Amino acid sequence: MHRREGLAKLTGRERYVDDLPLDDFLWGMTVRSPVPRGRVTAVRFGADVDWSAFVIVDHRDIPGPNEVILIERDQPVLAAGYVRHVHEPVVLLGHRSREGLRRAVRAVEVVVAPEPPVLDFRVPPRPDQIQYGRDNVLKRLKIEKGDVERALAQAPVVVSGTYETGAQEHVYLETQGMIAWLEDQVLVVKGSMQCPYYVLSALKHALARDESRVRVIQTPTGGGFGGKEEYPSDIALHAALLALKAGRPVKIVYDRGEDMAATTKRHPSWVRHRTGLTRDGRLLAQDLEVVLDGGAYVTLSPVVLSRGIIHAAGPYSCDNVRIAGRVMFTNAVPFGAFRGFGAPQTLFACERHMDVIARTLEIDPVELRRINLLRDGQTTATGQVIRDGTDRVAVLERALELSDYRAKRRAHAAFNETHAAQRRGIGLAAFYHGAGFTGGGEVHLNSRVRVAGLADGRVEVLTANIEMGQGTLTVFTQIAAERLGFAPQDVAIAEADTGRVPNSGPTVASRTTMVVGRLIERACDDLRSRLEVDAAVRGASLRAAIVRWHREHAAERLVGDAVYERPPGISWDDANYRGDAYGAFAWATYVAEVEVDLATYSTRVTGFVAVQEVGKVLNETLARGQVQGGVVQGIGWALMEECKFRDGAMINNQLTNYLIPTSDDVPPIHVAFLENPYPHGAQGAKGLGELPIDGPAPAVLNAVAAATGADPRAVPLTPERLMAIADFGLRSAE
Amino acid sequence: MTAISIAFTLNGSPVSVDVDSAERLLDTLRYRLGLTGTKEGCGEGECGACTVHLDGLPVDSCLVPTYQVRGRRVDTVESLDPPALEPFARGGATQCGACTPGVVMTAWWIRDHPELLGTHTLRELMAGNLCRCTGYDGIVDSIGAVLGERGSA
Repeated sequence: MHRREGLAKLTGRERYVDDLPLDDFLWGMTVRSPVPRGRVTAVRFGADVDWSAFVIVDHRDIPGPNEVILIERDQPVLAAGYVRHVHEPVVLLGHRSREGLRRAVRAVEVVVAPEPPVLDFRVPPRPDQIQYGRDNVLKRLKIEKGDVERALAQAPVVVSGTYETGAQEHVYLETQGMIAWLEDQVLVVKGSMQCPYYVLSALKHALARDESRVRVIQTPTGGGFGGKEEYPSDIALHAALLALKAGRPVKIVYDRGEDMAATTKRHPSWVRHRTGLTRDGRLLAQDLEVVLDGGAYVTLSPVVLSRGIIHAAGPYSCDNVRIAGRVMFTNAVPFGAFRGFGAPQTLFACERHMDVIARTLEIDPVELRRINLLRDGQTTATGQVIRDGTDRVAVLERALELSDYRAKRRAHAAFNETHAAQRRGIGLAAFYHGAGFTGGGEVHLNSRVRVAGLADGRVEVLTANIEMGQGTLTVFTQIAAERLGFAPQDVAIAEADTGRVPNSGPTVASRTTMVVGRLIERACDDLRSRLEVDAAVRGASLRAAIVRWHREHAAERLVGDAVYERPPGISWDDANYRGDAYGAFAWATYVAEVEVDLATYSTRVTGFVAVQEVGKVLNETLARGQVQGGVVQGIGWALMEECKFRDGAMINNQLTNYLIPTSDDVPPIHVAFLENPYPHGAQGAKGLGELPIDGPAPAVLNAVAAATGADPRAVPLTPERLMAIADFGLRSAE
Repeated sequence: MTAISIAFTLNGSPVSVDVDSAERLLDTLRYRLGLTGTKEGCGEGECGACTVHLDGLPVDSCLVPTYQVRGRRVDTVESLDPPALEPFARGGATQCGACTPGVVMTAWWIRDHPELLGTHTLRELMAGNLCRCTGYDGIVDSIGAVLGERGSA
């Protein structure tokens, strides 16, 4: 099936939040903190603006608790006398003219008595910088398996290394946007988002409204990548506060500069590995320390850390593992959800470290991975027994074969001997990604899906999961159509409107197809049982049964229902971080080829092969597109995407100086799938969306290391960074 | 700001609008004329989401003051024939769709000027349109398919 809304997008007919017709509305904008930390001593409104023409909102206008409710309640909706990061929202303005509003925002001065900020998460804070708990640690988590100290003491070889990754901006092409208005006492908030029920919960809490007086509707969302997981709650609250005070609809749409400066980014990371091995490369002990920069509020950082440490030891078997993780408070704009959710950071460290080990032990990086990859019956760091029947070595072999890895290595060696100005190399990364919420998360979500039989015999699928480009509308249609024997046009997908759809959980964590898709199948089955027909009744006869039911039950609703049930045999101990972290893992090996220009130190990715086992592939075009897009986003993170900060503020918040890959910066991405259906995912599918961003950065840097002899330990590996280390690397290689 | 009156040809029909002197063509199209197919991605000519054709050449409409199109021909994504875009739907050229109208407008310029491929690769010609979803293969392959169909037609 082709993308359901594809033609609407191609012809420009799809209406995003800023495209919706809206009468008699005000634009909204945000006045923000100019400094990273301090007490707000005054807010001055400039004399040359007629403020009577503006709606002005500050923290005193918030009807309920001044809290953006998420895991904790530490983040205010609007700063109340104290600011903890640059660009923290302080005052909201509403006005008819967007241009007039821009001038007005500049005419408001937020006066702050500055206090010492903490801006480097790697440096222990001074006493006057402590702002969270006793030590600025937002969250600590630990995984322990076996006896690491003893195993390290006895190991014939110990290899250590530290690895760092920078912040990454999502650059969804549609910036954040939200509209809000009051409709018969019901507050309606509509906009670009991944999680309508997160937004609903935030509105209910801070605006002190019950469910009957708030309604949240998702509009077609122009990219999310995690950037529209938690942040939309903030902007929704802002639009709602302005609309309630103005008594008129209010629209807030960020321009690119504001979006890049003021919204979340990928957490920067620092990871230390200390690995004990036999001389031929068998893992004996993995001792890891993982530190993330959380920024000024807790937001989702504890769960980002959780996923980060669970993936940190890599897809390898090792009897002794210790992973100590922490997220640090800093006076930075809070870091947040971004595709991969902590795993890209720790898997970069892990897979780069594997090549460092291989070089130290003088063994082949492929062999090092081959001997340590998890075999069925072996356990991960949390003690989860892997027995899904996937041959992880075969995934590796397929990637080597498709990339012509061995022949390329020989060809590159010959090329590098005869060329003075360029170096070529090839590198790989083997990795995995757990799908769905971590541990008991899916049980806690308690997701619910409905499939309604309509009077004309069609069905309507009701979920809160949204389309942001990844293909939800198409895949949900396919899943219901296949289950019922219907044509795609006989399956409608309901708009994600909290007034109509049940809470099927957020559109995050590679859970939509696998977890929610499975619920759609079960709701279809439940619809059949309400009709009292068996699974053999499909297609036209099922449609006829639905029509007949409606004739016999006038004015009643025919609804199939399904609620999440934990797959059998899964258990998780959250107190000790032991057990089955995920219902299923997807497995992958990616291979990157690079050419490094020794005059400019620029790195060009010249070839890329992505092989993965993701259960059953439900839609080849969509799945391939997810992988290709994720890989290119990962190549950007690896080589060019660098957020530059000064005094806690991003200073390159433009697409002019924060560069993402263009079509001419990347090669074709060769994608291959191996299939091993997962019995508890829709049609056998496992999660796919995040996996492809885990592999590119280590594969590319391993290729640069192979090409140049340099030993890069941090992304993004910009030409400046490579120049700083490559001279040393090349000299030492001579 | 002073309002000025501008007449030009939009998608084949004459239009006349009063605009502010510094108004961007992008805003005139979207907010005055209701043609919301053209998207704003960055507002500074980097991403190409707002690409329209001005006298047949692709331009970033966020960088064009509306007064400059007086008497000229402007074509937007709304001017394209939907069935002609089917190969893009088949080939995975669109995901979230926010860059898509701009991508399509650049692609149409290439389609109408195949001689460009004598001096540039498709990837070079498309480098002015940022896409964060597809990794570009779906876009480049779809344009290749359209060019192939046209070449053999």
